[in-house]
Amino acid sequence: MIWNEAKECMSRDEMEHLQSTRLVKQVNYVYHNVEYYRKKMQAAGLEPGDIRGIEDITKLPFTTKDDLRNTYPCGLFAVPRSEVVRIHASSGTTGKATVVGYTRRDIEIWSECVSRVLAMAGVGKNDTVQVSYGYGLFTGGLGAHYGVENVGATVVPLSTGNTKKQLTMMKDLGVTSIMCTPSYLMYLTESIEEQGILDELQLKSAVCGAEPWTEEMRNQIESRLHIKAHDIYGLSEIMGPGVAGDCVYHKGLHINEDHFLPEIISADTLTPIGDGEIGELVFTTLTKEALPLIRYRTKDLTSISHGKCDCGRTTARLSRFVGRSDDMLIIRGVNVFPSQVEAALLEMGEVSPNYLMIVDRVNNLDTLEVLVEVDEKFFSDEIKELENLTKKITHVLQQALLIAPKVKLVEPKTLERSEGKAKRVIDKRKL
Amino acid sequence: MILKQLSVFVENKEGRMKDITQVLKDSNINIQTASLADTTEYGMLRLIVSDPDLAKAKLREAGFPVSITDVLAVKANDSIGFLHDLLCKLEGNISSIEYMYTLPTEDGPVVILKVANPEEIEKVLEEV
Ligand SMILES: [Zn+2]
Repeated sequence: MIWNEAKECMSRDEMEHLQSTRLVKQVNYVYHNVEYYRKKMQAAGLEPGDIRGIEDITKLPFTTKDDLRNTYPCGLFAVPRSEVVRIHASSGTTGKATVVGYTRRDIEIWSECVSRVLAMAGVGKNDTVQVSYGYGLFTGGLGAHYGVENVGATVVPLSTGNTKKQLTMMKDLGVTSIMCTPSYLMYLTESIEEQGILDELQLKSAVCGAEPWTEEMRNQIESRLHIKAHDIYGLSEIMGPGVAGDCVYHKGLHINEDHFLPEIISADTLTPIGDGEIGELVFTTLTKEALPLIRYRTKDLTSISHGKCDCGRTTARLSRFVGRSDDMLIIRGVNVFPSQVEAALLEMGEVSPNYLMIVDRVNNLDTLEVLVEVDEKFFSDEIKELENLTKKITHVLQQALLIAPKVKLVEPKTLERSEGKAKRVIDKRKL
Repeated sequence: MILKQLSVFVENKEGRMKDITQVLKDSNINIQTASLADTTEYGMLRLIVSDPDLAKAKLREAGFPVSITDVLAVKANDSIGFLHDLLCKLEGNISSIEYMYTLPTEDGPVVILKVANPEEIEKVLEEV
């Protein structure tokens, strides 16, 4: 089902025309309403009239997380506080939180975008959707919630935590779809299996996001729960979940590009790169009122493709995320992404995909330790077998990462489970 | 005799052994003997307990990976050459002994052996 055929199935020309019109308007709006942007444009020798369409996008300066920090909390807002109906914030690992705001219309567009992704997952008004993202300053919970209501489905706002209650509600209310982080869904899957209640559930689909996940993880979720799992992407600076999502063909995430203009740039040269090539994703909001952002660098690494999808949608698609440029670890000169470890472990099939990478530097040499939880299903009481398993994991990871990690087996469920986002890396090198 | 032995994976972390004994004590389970095989990072605690199935359930609940393994129990006598004679009897019937420890009982010590084929070995010993 396509939620908004008029927008999601436009021809390329129509879409680019719409984007151009909206970009010119948004740049004008930003210039006249946000002092920080006006100064930035003036410093670059730009006037709003210089931007006549999307082909002029590269003339505009980038926006980064630092710009949001420099103007903390609301310096980039383009409307007076009386027009702001909601605030969200993301906690920064370093420094202050990033505060974002929405007008009533921003919330409507956000709900529309989430609705489009829910439709991709086949969620309609007859569904009951459990929202197990955190409610609060995090955009996940309320963003998903408004989308579900907009679709007309029944929303069960469970937020995170209290797994027992989550499962009881899922069972008793006949929940047909769940929205949560993929790692939390993996955790729920384990609990469902432990309690042996899969047959009592009516779950058909999951719409997961807020952290990168792999195709292997999706396969596991789908086969273990007998459901369809979809990816929803977003970031609070741009809006929240719903910027993009994947359809039943899983050939990339359809971007709601009538509202968010995507670019892929080389992380080194900051110049645009072509379809299919991996680079940093950059978004320019086209319709945002409270917090319009111009060329915001997401730090997410992916590639983009155009062309009609088998589902009928024509919107540009993002490939599965490779990782974040700031998630990328450089260990002994090799680029390593946590997602590679997850994919390798899942492919092996003999261990749980719960891991923690600890990077350190000993005598000027980088070390990588990977803690992996022992899975009771593959647990042997012989030390010999456990040592063989450790060797096998080491080998598989070495093949995948091109560097040799030290693998350590740990007790199940000892690694921090995310009800929000999973902690996968501890880099002790950063002092 | 074949006994059900409990094997528990335990990380080398302070207080982890005590967590296990706490669970067993709270569940009113008697530990008849315990043997710990350790590596630098983790250990394997092998236990003969009064109620292995209950112990397994309770330890699982507490988050420990635990399994039940069949082991061979052979009554020992306190005499020179007992172990040697036992091993001689087993020779040719087993590929290897994975591990071995003793269990004290009211009737004296019992040797616990982990072998791949405990039922067969039990028959061999009965025949001798
Ligand atoms: Zn599609």
